[in-house]
Amino acid sequence: METSVLINLLWTGLLETLYMTLVSTLVAYIIGLPIGVSLIVTDPNGIHPIGWYNKVMGFIVNVIRSVPFLILMIALMPYVRKVIGTGIGTSATVAVLIVAAAPFVARLVEQSLKEVDPGVIEAAQSLGASNMTIVRKVLLLEARPSLLNGAAVATITILGYSAMAGVVGGGGLGDLAIKYGMYRYETTIMWITVIVLVILVQILQEIGVRLANKLDNRL
Amino acid sequence: MSENLISLQGVTKSFETKGGTIHALKGIDLDIRAGDSYGIIGLSGAGKSTLVRCINLLEVPTEGKVIFDGKSLIGLKTRDLNLERRKIAMIFQQFNLLMQRDAIGNVCFPLEIAGVPKKEAREKAMELLKLVDLEDRAHSYPSQLSGGQKQRVGIARALACDPKVLLCDEATSALDPKTTRSILALLKKINRELGITLVVITHEMDVIKQVCNKVAIIEEGQIVERGEVQDIFTKPKSQAARKLFFPAGEGKETELGISHSNRIRLVFEDANTYDPVVANMILELKAPVNILYADMDVVDDVQRGQMVICLSDDSDIADKQKAYLSAHNVSFEEVREEDE
Repeated sequence: METSVLINLLWTGLLETLYMTLVSTLVAYIIGLPIGVSLIVTDPNGIHPIGWYNKVMGFIVNVIRSVPFLILMIALMPYVRKVIGTGIGTSATVAVLIVAAAPFVARLVEQSLKEVDPGVIEAAQSLGASNMTIVRKVLLLEARPSLLNGAAVATITILGYSAMAGVVGGGGLGDLAIKYGMYRYETTIMWITVIVLVILVQILQEIGVRLANKLDNRL
Repeated sequence: MSENLISLQGVTKSFETKGGTIHALKGIDLDIRAGDSYGIIGLSGAGKSTLVRCINLLEVPTEGKVIFDGKSLIGLKTRDLNLERRKIAMIFQQFNLLMQRDAIGNVCFPLEIAGVPKKEAREKAMELLKLVDLEDRAHSYPSQLSGGQKQRVGIARALACDPKVLLCDEATSALDPKTTRSILALLKKINRELGITLVVITHEMDVIKQVCNKVAIIEEGQIVERGEVQDIFTKPKSQAARKLFFPAGEGKETELGISHSNRIRLVFEDANTYDPVVANMILELKAPVNILYADMDVVDDVQRGQMVICLSDDSDIADKQKAYLSAHNVSFEEVREEDE
């Protein structure tokens, strides 16, 4: 294969991967963050306990999280096709990634918010803060470093999932690695894509850690 | 307006746990007047932290009434309760500051909740930091402050919305003795100069002696004794009060193997603290006494001394000694055995 063609393929793959990862992470946070907050707030020890909601939402999150991504992807394919018109390509992958990642994000957010000192929440209550204020100004701000670290973990996990979507023609670097590397035995392409993925993960992790530390006033 | 700022009436609080029901508070009646510095003392597990949380409804009593400033708090809508809570500030053992905000940001927090415009809030916060001697650390984060400084920020934050009462939950228990004294002095100043009522929860009698004018002793969810600190110091009625006020005097003699039936505890008040009453008594009656324990204290700004002595075995002389003490305005009481 000519080098220029190869570079072209890799460039397109990289852009597709970045597109899928970033868009689905963003949407997964738009859905998962409120769910994570709601799980903490309605917890039996939370600021507004609602037992049934907490149990039901916790159960749904667990069910989706326990289905392996590949199986979830195949199971969701018919629905995705119905809604967006196609079962392959990056848009279809983004749809599945969102469904898989939102509950994962919800748990990550829940874990981060759990680390906030209950005493600080009590202090806010004693000052007459409403629950909305406690969520916005205490929980989310006090947990900010942990939330950012969690976001790095989420993005990297979603990046990994997006590569897996290559198996069913999901586009991106994973697709490239499988099509050329596995089906055509062009191992060079496979290794190059793997190296690009490794570099991507390193960059994302580094951004997450640096941002978290920079915005942590405890340090 | 009612004369009591805070009134707890028949407050009980039970917790359901796996091991059964725990009765943390068993029918507490407590009246606190505006301007009081009211101490609530008890050992850990006595229910004092639950009690103080019942005042601002961080814990909702199982039964009973909580009246604040003439208003019953139980049953208020959340929004109305939150408005009342702004007048009932609280400081904590672990300070509970927002770690991601600097000192002035922490003090501004309650003002933000109250909807005070930002510029005005910063000015007010700066004034309060001045009051607690921390204006030069306004932009330090809690992780950069010492324990005493953190508590000062906590106090400034608590005062931000001009509360009527300041609840202090073991506010000095995490601090060293020197820092404790300076924080207690600050609390006293707040009580005297700003006229803010204090409710001081502690397990240390020294804290009560330094800042409170009234005290309630709580044991196993019940108030066993209450009154003016001066009165309870002079004549404690309950076993619990004796144990708290005379930790070294009570029971120590028996530990040391001294068993003497004629033991009395003397309390010297104000004027006679500096007079050598006991020495004069020995010289005059020419009968020695055995001094078992002696201490000097400042209780609610009044110098107090206490002493445990053994009077003479001869009951005639002992009576004369008692008469001498009475004549010299020294109050005393017989020391009873621990298990009595």
